[in-house]
Amino acid sequence: MNEIFRILEQDARKTPEQIATMTGIPLAQVEETIKKAESDRTILKYRTMVNWGKLGEEQVWALAEVKVSPQRDVGFDAIAERIYRFPEARTVYLISGTYDLAVFVVGKTMNEVAGFVSEKLAPIEGVQGTVTHFLLKRYKEDGEIMDGEEGPKRVPIMP
Amino acid sequence: MKKRDLISKRVKDIPPSGIRRFFDIIASMDGVISLGVGEPDFVTPWHIREAGIYSIEKGYTSYTSNYGLLELRKEIARYIKVRHNLDYDPERELLVTVGVSEGVDLALRAIVDPGDEVIIPDPSYVSYTSCTVLAGGVSIPVPTTIDNDFKIKAQDIDKRINPRTKVILLGYPNNPTGAVMDREELVKIAEVAQRHGLVVISDEVYERLVYGVEHTCFASLPGMKERTILLGGFSKAYAMTGWRLGYAAATEEVIEAMMKIHQYTIMCAPTMAQMAAINALRDGEAQVKEMVAEYDQRRRVMVKGLNDIGLTCFEPLGAFYTFPSIKSTGLSSDEFAERLLLEERVAVVPGPTFGQCGEGYVRCCYATSMAEIEEALERMGNFVKRHRTQ
Repeated sequence: MNEIFRILEQDARKTPEQIATMTGIPLAQVEETIKKAESDRTILKYRTMVNWGKLGEEQVWALAEVKVSPQRDVGFDAIAERIYRFPEARTVYLISGTYDLAVFVVGKTMNEVAGFVSEKLAPIEGVQGTVTHFLLKRYKEDGEIMDGEEGPKRVPIMP
Repeated sequence: MKKRDLISKRVKDIPPSGIRRFFDIIASMDGVISLGVGEPDFVTPWHIREAGIYSIEKGYTSYTSNYGLLELRKEIARYIKVRHNLDYDPERELLVTVGVSEGVDLALRAIVDPGDEVIIPDPSYVSYTSCTVLAGGVSIPVPTTIDNDFKIKAQDIDKRINPRTKVILLGYPNNPTGAVMDREELVKIAEVAQRHGLVVISDEVYERLVYGVEHTCFASLPGMKERTILLGGFSKAYAMTGWRLGYAAATEEVIEAMMKIHQYTIMCAPTMAQMAAINALRDGEAQVKEMVAEYDQRRRVMVKGLNDIGLTCFEPLGAFYTFPSIKSTGLSSDEFAERLLLEERVAVVPGPTFGQCGEGYVRCCYATSMAEIEEALERMGNFVKRHRTQ
């Protein structure tokens, strides 16, 4: 059954009919599985990866490393929640190592991102400090090479 | 002075490949979707390519042993043991070849004396018959049909055996049909081989590409290891066609004989390809499984699509080919392929390229992107609608 999700993860536009053909799973079962996954948040949403650079609409991304003091009973979760509720915080992970939360912040300008970190993120109670790294170039994202990958150079007819 | 023929009779007698003319047509056209390829559409996984590059950087640019790098042979022996529970001595019973293509040639030349007969399923990969002829042998095609999903029957082999019969050459999973032999059928063939003292050359280059069934290695059948020349390769499973690398596994006596030809004609397989192949066998398993899963999805789309547009197609369980019947169009395979290319810009390979029994069929390869498969099916659907006669 996980095959259905693997296919959708690669191409959310595949229809249940196509998936049924590709997997050999009956159509009704494919539809039911998807419906259930949508309602129980196994499928969070369907989105499109856009190469915004191509549209001349640059976004400013930064990775903010956030060091926090964990709190009794809730550990990092309460502070993480305070942070992830901001729409500017696009992705938030708890990680091991020299800092605790990795927060990917997105904005239209460097100022906007810097402002968010210094005025919203850093002052949160329990946040001990932040280190902000601005993203300079995307080479590969979520398995996709931004410039595209060269396919094989095949001879069109071969026995 | 009497003008002598420049070209040997033996070579002259080999008919030219029927697909060459399609090259020229395709070269003059834009927007062709080719289902006529015979190789994966994946590029070799990066870690394998990287191993090849690294070997060049490190200066592995000399010959290897005629047999191939011992390290690689040990990995091949381990791989065959894991896959088929067969023990081959890497020092004496394995030979690294330049693709299975060379393996077929070596095996035939090592075994066949002039006039010896070689039993070959029809249709089959194009080199079997030609290599048999070049080795001085006589090819004896055994018809296979859609009624039996293009699987060869032991009784049909048995009928064609005479004192000159020396070899049964099997290629399953099959190119062009995608047919896979099941174990019981192979056991019957093994009995025939045993009874008549025949050698079996088993080209298993597509062994990893099977869908929902198990591949049976011919050499793993009772009593068959001693009389089988097992040929395997890296091209299809690891998407390494251009590296030209395969192997032969057989008894010491046979490997020694094949090595004799190999050392005088080839010397050794390319060193960097051998280094890369070591890496493929050690770390390539996950990618093989991923690629097989992808092929399986495309296979289902292709088989359903062909049947939906009226090109009846049995379900191929191996390789990456479908072999639909084009009889509903009233066209010959050659006409179908040529007109389809000219009218709809889709390239397929006419069935008779692979033997007489391929007439009425074309080979469509699904080792191409899903988007291209879907587009090709649509174009073929339009074509069939126009030409349908029954």
